[in-house]
Amino acid sequence: MLFAAIAMQKKVYFRGTWLPWLLVAPQLIITGVFFMWPAVQAVMQSTQLPDPFGLSSQYVGMENFQFLLNDSTYLESFATTALFSVSVTLMAMVPALFFAVLADSVIKGSGLYRTFLIWPYAVAPAIAGIVWLFMFNPSIGVASYYLKFLGVKWNHVLDGDQAMLLVVLAAAWKQVSYNFLFFLAGLQAIPKSLIEAATIDGASPWHRFRTITLPLLSPTTFFLLVVNIIYAFFDTFGVIHTITLGGPERDTSILVYKVFADGFVGQDLGSSAAQSVILMVLVGALTVVQFRYIEKKVHY
Amino acid sequence: MAIVGRHPWRTATVHILLILGIVLLCFPLYLTFVGSTLTRQEVLQVPMSLMPGDQFLENYKRALFRGTNAPVLGMLWNSLVMAMGIAIGKIVISLLSAYAIVYFRFPFRMLCFWTIFMTLMLPVEVRILPTYEIAAKLGLLNSYTGLILPLIASATATFLFRQFFMTVPDELVEAARMDGAGPIRFFKDILLPLSRTNIAALFVILFIYGWNQFLWPLLITTDPSMNTIVMGIKQTVPQADDFADWPLTMATSVMAIIPPVLVVLLMQRLFIKGLVDSEK
Repeated sequence: MLFAAIAMQKKVYFRGTWLPWLLVAPQLIITGVFFMWPAVQAVMQSTQLPDPFGLSSQYVGMENFQFLLNDSTYLESFATTALFSVSVTLMAMVPALFFAVLADSVIKGSGLYRTFLIWPYAVAPAIAGIVWLFMFNPSIGVASYYLKFLGVKWNHVLDGDQAMLLVVLAAAWKQVSYNFLFFLAGLQAIPKSLIEAATIDGASPWHRFRTITLPLLSPTTFFLLVVNIIYAFFDTFGVIHTITLGGPERDTSILVYKVFADGFVGQDLGSSAAQSVILMVLVGALTVVQFRYIEKKVHY
Repeated sequence: MAIVGRHPWRTATVHILLILGIVLLCFPLYLTFVGSTLTRQEVLQVPMSLMPGDQFLENYKRALFRGTNAPVLGMLWNSLVMAMGIAIGKIVISLLSAYAIVYFRFPFRMLCFWTIFMTLMLPVEVRILPTYEIAAKLGLLNSYTGLILPLIASATATFLFRQFFMTVPDELVEAARMDGAGPIRFFKDILLPLSRTNIAALFVILFIYGWNQFLWPLLITTDPSMNTIVMGIKQTVPQADDFADWPLTMATSVMAIIPPVLVVLLMQRLFIKGLVDSEK
């Protein structure tokens, strides 16, 4: 079992009663104050309904959850999040794989290519949002100007589909670097002799890629799938907040954004807390999937 | 594909495609730089010039010392304090707790371990509202402590050091004990020097993570003088095109991007190691 493996300890160890406690204390205190306490608070608030003046609140059981699950805007937000994260994952992984295969095949300059392809990783999601907003600004953006010649009237402020496309592009853009790095490492770990043998047998490059490279790369691919979905779910708040503020009409309001919008802007504390709790369960599930992956790797 | 299946034209195509990819990937950043060197009128001219203008010094000076709500210089400083605080804080508390969990046996060791480990699951975005309320209750709004502390409650680093400590040979502890060295000496003289590369790699990743924070600073700093650059930039974005000062926004963006990019470029090896390690 993986969990047993994680909890494993050294056979040789030190004795001590107060020292180990002193060592874990800082981490435990911070975890307690900024993790356990807020988590408990979220669960408690999710079962309460504050009065309109915010002076007191009463216990309402599962009402906030029931309300959410019957709320069409919440269910829409689920659909929006699904569309957004699948698109971001695809847009970030497919080009990354393409460029990684290319970079892996060159003999000279692959290090230089790597340097140039990885640095957008360091750009914050919020800054990525600003940069793409500048390019696609409906009135002054360079991209929206040239799109006119292709017959596209770009206005993501009014057009929900265009808004979605823009936040997907901005969110996927910086993640390409990350995926590229992992795909390249995965490719470089594949023994060249396998591919050479297949070449001698007369397999075409595409055939070699499909039957040798891709299957051998599948652990990397699976790992990146999970990481990219987690990224799209939680780390893209800055992109949404700088480009669309969840609009137009909530068309780009993903779950994490809705927790913020309902809690801080809408001041609907009970609902926001219930949404937090649902998200915590979702993260938990995703983390278990991720551990499954580690477990697999441990047993290799 | 080193030996077989290599044609000169195919090699050329590969290089051209790679260069094309780099151009595509870097174009948004190039455009940002160009925007930061033009006058306000030049940016509003459609289509905008794709060549840098001559307002570089002017725009950057204006951003650094005046800005929109607060001078960028102060925001850069706040970002630096926050990023360093998060990186160093996380590394220190994680090293200590990982050491205790791996090298000691004590009551409730497993409980400690799981409590810390559980934080792996919850990004701050998920528990944002209650965390904010608690920070407010503790009087941490508009303070460096408030910017830093809640974000070092994560177990990634602890987990990483634990993994590394498990690979350190047991003989080292035995040898240290035979020489009469206690747990503190062992930690300081043997384990810490061995962990140097791991610490450096983690530092690179955590610095970028801290620098790029957006939502948390957005909530916790209401006073413009406490804004970090990544969150402060949002306020420079014009709501209406008539009042747009895009060159200022773009100059601020460039300055927000440079520090983490420099870290990635100058410490590429450590960066890659840190990235690969922290995702294991």
